[in-house]
Amino acid sequence: MPDTLLLLTLVVLPFVGAIAAGLLPTHARNTAAAMAGSVALIGLLMVWAAYPTVSDGGVVQATFAWMPSLGLNLTLRLDGLAWLFAGLVTGIGALVVLYARYYMADADPVPRFFAFLLAFMGAMTGVVVSGNLVQLAFFWELTSLFSFLLIGYWHHTASARDGARMALTVTATGGLALFAGVLALGHIVGSYELDAVLAAGDRIREHPLYATALVLILLGVMTKSAQFPFHFWLPNAMAAPTPVSAYLHSATLVKAGIFLMARLWPVLAGTEAWFLIVCTAGLVTMLFGAYVAIFQNDLKGLLAYSTISHLGLITLLLGLNSELALVAAVFHVLNHAAFKASLFMAAGIIDHETGTRDIRQLSGLNRSMPFTARLALVAAAAMAGVPLLNGFISKEMFFAEAISADAPLGLANMLPFAAMLGSAFSVAYSLRFIHGAFFGPDPVDLPRAPHEPATWMRFPVEILVLTCIMVGILPAATVGPFLAIAVRSVLGNDVPDYSLSVWHGLNLPLLMSFLALAGGVALYLLLQRRLRSDVEGEPLLHHLEGRRIFERAMVFLSWRLARRVEGIAGTRRLQPQLRLILAIAFLAGGAAVWQRGFGPGNLPSTPVDPVLALIWAAGGTCALGAAVLAKFHRFAALILVSGVGLAVVLTFVWFSAPDLALTQLTVEVVTTVLLLLGLRWLPQRRRVPGERGPEVLTLTRRLRDLGIAVGAGGGLATLSYAVMTRTPPDLLALDFLARAYTEGGGTNVVNVTLVDFRGFDTLGEIFVVAAVALATYALLRRFRPAPDSLEAPMQQLHQHALAAARPASGEARPTADWLLVPAVLARLLFPVMLLVAVFLLLRGHDLPGGGFSAGMVVAIAVILQYMIGGIEWTEDRLSWLRPQVWIGAGLLLSVGTGVTAWAFGRPFLTSYFAYVELPVIGKVPAASALAFDIGVFALVVGATLLMLVALAHQSVRGRRAASPASAPAARFLATVGED
Amino acid sequence: MQLVVSLAIGLLAGSGVWLLLRARTFQVIIGLALLSYAVNLFIFSTGGLRTGAEAILQPGEVGSLARYADPVPQALVLTAIVIGFATTALLLVVLLAARGLTGTDHVDGRERER
Repeated sequence: MPDTLLLLTLVVLPFVGAIAAGLLPTHARNTAAAMAGSVALIGLLMVWAAYPTVSDGGVVQATFAWMPSLGLNLTLRLDGLAWLFAGLVTGIGALVVLYARYYMADADPVPRFFAFLLAFMGAMTGVVVSGNLVQLAFFWELTSLFSFLLIGYWHHTASARDGARMALTVTATGGLALFAGVLALGHIVGSYELDAVLAAGDRIREHPLYATALVLILLGVMTKSAQFPFHFWLPNAMAAPTPVSAYLHSATLVKAGIFLMARLWPVLAGTEAWFLIVCTAGLVTMLFGAYVAIFQNDLKGLLAYSTISHLGLITLLLGLNSELALVAAVFHVLNHAAFKASLFMAAGIIDHETGTRDIRQLSGLNRSMPFTARLALVAAAAMAGVPLLNGFISKEMFFAEAISADAPLGLANMLPFAAMLGSAFSVAYSLRFIHGAFFGPDPVDLPRAPHEPATWMRFPVEILVLTCIMVGILPAATVGPFLAIAVRSVLGNDVPDYSLSVWHGLNLPLLMSFLALAGGVALYLLLQRRLRSDVEGEPLLHHLEGRRIFERAMVFLSWRLARRVEGIAGTRRLQPQLRLILAIAFLAGGAAVWQRGFGPGNLPSTPVDPVLALIWAAGGTCALGAAVLAKFHRFAALILVSGVGLAVVLTFVWFSAPDLALTQLTVEVVTTVLLLLGLRWLPQRRRVPGERGPEVLTLTRRLRDLGIAVGAGGGLATLSYAVMTRTPPDLLALDFLARAYTEGGGTNVVNVTLVDFRGFDTLGEIFVVAAVALATYALLRRFRPAPDSLEAPMQQLHQHALAAARPASGEARPTADWLLVPAVLARLLFPVMLLVAVFLLLRGHDLPGGGFSAGMVVAIAVILQYMIGGIEWTEDRLSWLRPQVWIGAGLLLSVGTGVTAWAFGRPFLTSYFAYVELPVIGKVPAASALAFDIGVFALVVGATLLMLVALAHQSVRGRRAASPASAPAARFLATVGED
Repeated sequence: MQLVVSLAIGLLAGSGVWLLLRARTFQVIIGLALLSYAVNLFIFSTGGLRTGAEAILQPGEVGSLARYADPVPQALVLTAIVIGFATTALLLVVLLAARGLTGTDHVDGRERER
């Protein structure tokens, strides 16, 4: 099989499987399990397919260029060490899937579980086969993320949530440190490729940045592998379903740190700093974990601390800077994975069949589940290091290394005793696990009557225990070759002579083994009273609880500190925020002035035209009036704002911008109608004389705001004057003017700019308008008016009262004939206005007009009918009015025009033009830009109408809530989709 | 002439900013409308204020700035006008919804504590 395909299958298939499993229905637990199991088995098959290459010392490799300019490639690289770990990940993964199929309850959403598990498997495989350090850090963080999801799988329990969060916080923070360390390493080497890094060992160790890189990488490693003082997340992660614990804490997650240490061992190890940090951390972790494990009352808690202890042991071995110790470390990784996975599964079986994991409550299960008891007994013995089991052999190697270690600082004398002590502890807690659960009198008060589990649930345990025995009896024949290729890929030609066998003669390590065994048994017997008591936790170290420190730090960071900073620097009130924005704008402007100098420009000011001055005298008065009246006289303020708008329109006309004037005029109308519709839903506000005296505080506040307003206005006026008296730059103008007709085919340069030169901008803009229209529509669907706005407004009530008082008498009816003359006119004008819109649209390319203004004109024509005819009357007649359809058609047409260019091998939105002779109408420019403009037109019509109509409908809904709706309105509401 | 337009811009911006800092939602909407007039006029003015410049090319002609108005600020302002309408509509609806939910038209959703 080609290398590329093999590696891709190995890494990508689990993720594909995860997505597929995630899409399965909640109850499809057999399908999900089968899918997950086949993915794991295929992965294992891929690993096996790579064996011939890897066993010859070769490397299966595949590289995909990603950002070669930055030295970033996606490199997949499977050498001996990666092969061994990939085998662990997929092999134990397959067993865990089988186990989980029987462990998980029917009530759990099992496909989700398998989806997370597969994704985690993919991330873990990604870590071990990464041939690029940045990529490795990425997969590393992915493992943190998916382990978070797995640990928090039972998210309805608080402990699962807390445990997951703690694991994520600790390991992901470590992952960030690792990323920084990897960047430092890449900086030293000049490449992130693993091959290059591994070849640059001497350079790395001598570089001044070595210490930095080492500490950062070790931070990542030690958080992941739960080394003291970062160990505390691991016991809390026991809230996960047991298959997760069996997977994460035996073969995968926590071993990622060990893997990375072994991976970078050739380049990072060999220095005193490495020895000091790694060895010390490993030693403390090993002793601490083993000591605490003895006093755990929860089976899984015991296994968790024992895992910490064994990880410490492996770390200690890696820290010894000796090749033989590395061999022992890798070997112990394998052994630990086998016996710890089986013990976790056994603990899960006990939990599953009895309903409890408390050692004090469990007893004598040997009689009710004899087969499981024997399996657990063997696995625990392997953990304790009993001869003829795999744990014994790696422990012997550990003892031998401890004796011969070349350690400074008097550590050498201490190491053998520390090793023996740790081993004795390990014997004690293994005894406790077995003796506590399986021996003694029959259990009383168990939540469930214990019995043997389903055959297939026990099967994975059987496989693993069998492995423990086989490796323990025939190490060289079973695991020898695999260990050899892993070690060779790390050490190259420096592989030391080592012998894998049970019997090395009567030597010091053997003696130590027996001393440790005897010591462990004695310790367990001595501690009986303490262990049977109800005292929680271990003596001496009980108060040194990492979890509590972590929680206190978290509370401080995420609550107290955050609140304090928010109190000082934040506000939830709008006005201070706006003032802050204005202040920053002032500062930015001031800085520019201060840096570049300031003064009027070189152009002379043209003489003041009295007409324009008069227009702006009126416009300015309108603006001031709006500012003063907006609080108590909203309607007046709104009309005054329209006055300002008209002044702006006239200014555009004055200064040669007919297109702008046209658009501004139409938009002005629509905006005013929109705000008028909104007025209805605002609370009444009346100035009550004497209710509120001019308080000093209010006055100061107003004076301050007035100061800001005058400052802003004055500043902008000065700035504008300075800009206007300078020669304007002609950066793009000349280009656009020159090419508008010759290449764009239109004489209206502004329109050609919009639909052709800057067509992509316009496309973006109409998408924004569409999104805004849909957002207002969505907001209004859930609109609930304030209670005091529910009633019909005063004016309407007045009108109805009038109508009731004066019954119809053949003359004008006060309500029905409201605005009769304007209504007749407006209805007459409707087709004319539509014609004007078409006219503006068609001529837009050459003369003032275009999609925007034409669309606005249509919207105005329709809204005018609404105003004079009412909602029911209008919607009865304009049933073709479907704003959403217009929006969709507009977007499709615009994008379609752009895409059509591809068909001619041109870039997106390239325009084409020609003139077409139409009967009656005459010569019409048929640029493809026109089609684009029609799209804009349709969109503007749809969006504007959608907003206006949705707002207008609120009053109908209000009335409908009070009394049954009239038929046409209900029908239209149904077509628009309102509920 | 430049003086008139800059004074107009200043006046609009000043009124707009004053209203932006007020406490009632409607005042903020009106303020934003005034401020966008000011900003549109300002952007428009960066192309130079030209009276009587032609806006439409003669067919077949390569235009120059001597005869024609600068189309770039005009195109910018044209889109700004339409987007300004859309954002005003969105703001209005958001504020109306907020008023429905909170029962007040104060910009913070609750009356100032006195």
